Amino acid sequence: MIRERHLNIGLLAGLLAVALWAMLADQPFTITLATRAVILALAAAGLNIALGIGGLVSLGHAAFFGLGGYVMGVLAYHAQTYTPLELGPFSIAGTKSMPLIWLAAICVSGLAALVIGLLSLRTSGVYFIMITLAFGQMFYYFAISWSAYGGEDGLSIYVRNGFPGLNTLVPIQFFGICYVILCLVLYLHARLARSPFGLALNAARQAPVRVLTVGLDPTRLKLVAFVLSGAITGLAGALFADLYRFVSPTMFSWQMSGELIVLIILGGVARLCGPVVGAVVFVMLEHLLGGLTDFWHVWLGVILLLIVLFARGGLIGMVSGRAVAHD
Amino acid sequence: MTEPVLQTIGLTRRFGAMVASDDVSLDLRAGEIHAIIGPNGAGKSTLINQICGELRPDSGAVRIAGQDVTRLDTAARARLGLARTFQISALVMEDTVLQNAMLGALGAGGRPWRFWRPVLADPDLRARAEAALDRVGLLPQRGTRVSDLSHGQRRQLEVAVALTLEPRAFVMDEPMAGLGAEGSKALTGFLDGLREEAPILLVEHDMDAVFALADRISVLVYGRVIASGPVEDIRSNPDVRHAYLGTGS
Amino acid sequence: MSLILIIEQVLNGLQSGVMLFLMAAGLTLIFGVMGLINLAHGSLYMIGAFAAAAVAGFTGSFALALVGALAAAAAAGAIIEITVIRRLYASDHLDQVLATFALILIFSEGTRWVFGSFPLFLEIPPYLAGPVTLPGGIAYPKYRLALIVAGLAVGALLWFLIERTRMGIRIRAGENDREMIAALGVDISRLYTLVFALGAALAGLAGALVGAIQSVQVGMGEPVLILAFVVIVIGGIGSLKGAFLGALLVGLTDTLGGIFLPELFKLFTDPATAQSAGASLASMSIYILMSLVLIWRPTGLFGAPA
Repeated sequence: MIRERHLNIGLLAGLLAVALWAMLADQPFTITLATRAVILALAAAGLNIALGIGGLVSLGHAAFFGLGGYVMGVLAYHAQTYTPLELGPFSIAGTKSMPLIWLAAICVSGLAALVIGLLSLRTSGVYFIMITLAFGQMFYYFAISWSAYGGEDGLSIYVRNGFPGLNTLVPIQFFGICYVILCLVLYLHARLARSPFGLALNAARQAPVRVLTVGLDPTRLKLVAFVLSGAITGLAGALFADLYRFVSPTMFSWQMSGELIVLIILGGVARLCGPVVGAVVFVMLEHLLGGLTDFWHVWLGVILLLIVLFARGGLIGMVSGRAVAHD
Repeated sequence: MTEPVLQTIGLTRRFGAMVASDDVSLDLRAGEIHAIIGPNGAGKSTLINQICGELRPDSGAVRIAGQDVTRLDTAARARLGLARTFQISALVMEDTVLQNAMLGALGAGGRPWRFWRPVLADPDLRARAEAALDRVGLLPQRGTRVSDLSHGQRRQLEVAVALTLEPRAFVMDEPMAGLGAEGSKALTGFLDGLREEAPILLVEHDMDAVFALADRISVLVYGRVIASGPVEDIRSNPDVRHAYLGTGS
Repeated sequence: MSLILIIEQVLNGLQSGVMLFLMAAGLTLIFGVMGLINLAHGSLYMIGAFAAAAVAGFTGSFALALVGALAAAAAAGAIIEITVIRRLYASDHLDQVLATFALILIFSEGTRWVFGSFPLFLEIPPYLAGPVTLPGGIAYPKYRLALIVAGLAVGALLWFLIERTRMGIRIRAGENDREMIAALGVDISRLYTLVFALGAALAGLAGALVGAIQSVQVGMGEPVLILAFVVIVIGGIGSLKGAFLGALLVGLTDTLGGIFLPELFKLFTDPATAQSAGASLASMSIYILMSLVLIWRPTGLFGAPA
């Protein structure tokens, strides 16, 4: 059995090594695949704060992923058409600056998570799952009917957005940006899990009655976790849109929400690097199986079913054993 | 006369046609242990749930130190100094003993909104948690997962978490349940010394413990308090002997 | 905006509501009795539609197509209940979500494998084609009217089954107390398979009936599934009455919102803006309805309080 901590470090190092190798071997497509895996891992890492620590089975995280994507799309669209973005009394200039776009993506998706969370957390269990799924679908239909930004066809951006001091058009540099953000978020998750907030949230998942009897409000703890979670997934959405220079309503689709949960489960619930393992395996399956057959989702379904029925700890659990210790 | 620490006034709660609490008025005064006894189904759990805020009464009121808390939720009552232990342990099973005690300390401090520093590195919280564990004799097990504890140790941890709250009053739901003679005796000794710190409303089936500990006893039958008073009065009360102890003599 | 248009749209709303009820009824029964959240319910809807299209293609009979849809969906339901679903009753909701999500992937892609990516068409039978003239001179498609009648009839049948028959008593007992029903000597695992197959058959029937007015294609089930979730959240989990009322509310809101919100906006702003703003708001209307119900009654109109 390998210690989970060593596994995590090895995993992240391996991911970086693959990208660097691809750069030296002049394989830009492999770098793009690695970047895709990193961004999906980031989106799932966001969900993992709500799902893994807080036990909130959100089937609507595509809402935040898509919002992040559309924040990037809309801001960049106004920048490239030199038109201001009219928001009622305010008028904002578009931007092609990644840090500004990220900030906006985090704020918008965090705010959406606050509203959705306030409504959804009035209930729990299976209601929560159905409500988050429904709100995700609401954004999907809204994006389709929002003809000003492409409606069903989505919105293309001509040039990838910029980051001060870097050339984001070079694949490895954009990979580097995403990779560093992923590592920062994983570090944040690790700190969070051990912090006073993490202790209380973890208890709110397992024994909400206990949390109440020590004078804390489990719903508020979960709401804060949900907002943090949505904001991070929103940031991932902005990066994802930047990777393909394209946003469309499919970022809001319920399949996207389902896949984010699948990533976490493939790796292992509540594991720090569960989303990373899940995303890497997912992108590999998508690429390898997808090359062999058009119907690779059937095999994904079979694998998923086997994991749920027979291997609850996910892939990390198979390698490193049960211990999901929080200390 | 000083204000009771905890008081219920005419609590009534119906489930359909059944009256689970029928005009229950009780109080708990500083320095005492007030035991509530009654046969199974007498409405003891319903009463506790109303006192602690899990259940709203149909009518009547609950007061903590004179303040009406009937409309407050469980968390708010805990913050006002009500510490409850559960009949069936409600602990965070995947966490360690220390983490469970830290949660109590965290709640008592009311500051869970800290996201960065490890909670176990907080010296104040840790001191508070470890002191409570030490008092119930669980300090050596602080690193053990709750799921690996014995039944008796879980009962001790329930009490320890309540201690970390440094409450105004304890509400204990059958703390002796399933403890065995040795454990009951030890816990009885411990609770005996605790009443000076904060009074205890004790729901308990173990009559030896009740008679050894209680300053006052109230007897609940079919949701009604049929007798209430000092231990000796209750012991000799013919109604109680008839209704509860089941002995006609 | 004429009265005739309004009546027509109300009928359309009823029609979609009644079909939604068939979906929601199965979901809410399965949740009420077995405590299972089944995302693959949309797949059963799709299976019903494809089976109907295939049978109709072979035999040319719409009635046989409906029988085929019921049989195929019920069989698919029974098979997945026996092989997968029954292992999930004791699991947490996360496992149920994942396993049934996996089933969606398998069913959707498997169907694409067998039938290809092109939509199939299910013809409305000649005796139900064309309009019928309602009192007041309103011409309304005969088939849609038949859907309303069929949906209400199935609903009444379901009500009778649950409230008035032995099996219904067992199902209701299963909702309240699993151990008691086992103690009564009812074979609980057979009962569960039966309830699941019943829910599946309802979904398959809805898929086949709706398949004749929309195209039959992979992925047709999930949007309906999510609408059915909205219905259940509004009506309250486990309540057939809630599912019925919720389904009509959602069907009417969705249909009428899409038509009337843009019209309403035209009173305040220019037609182009009104059209797009109205359409956007209409796409959100049922979710706004759901939010309002959640604020008012978190466990739905007829759900048991938590």
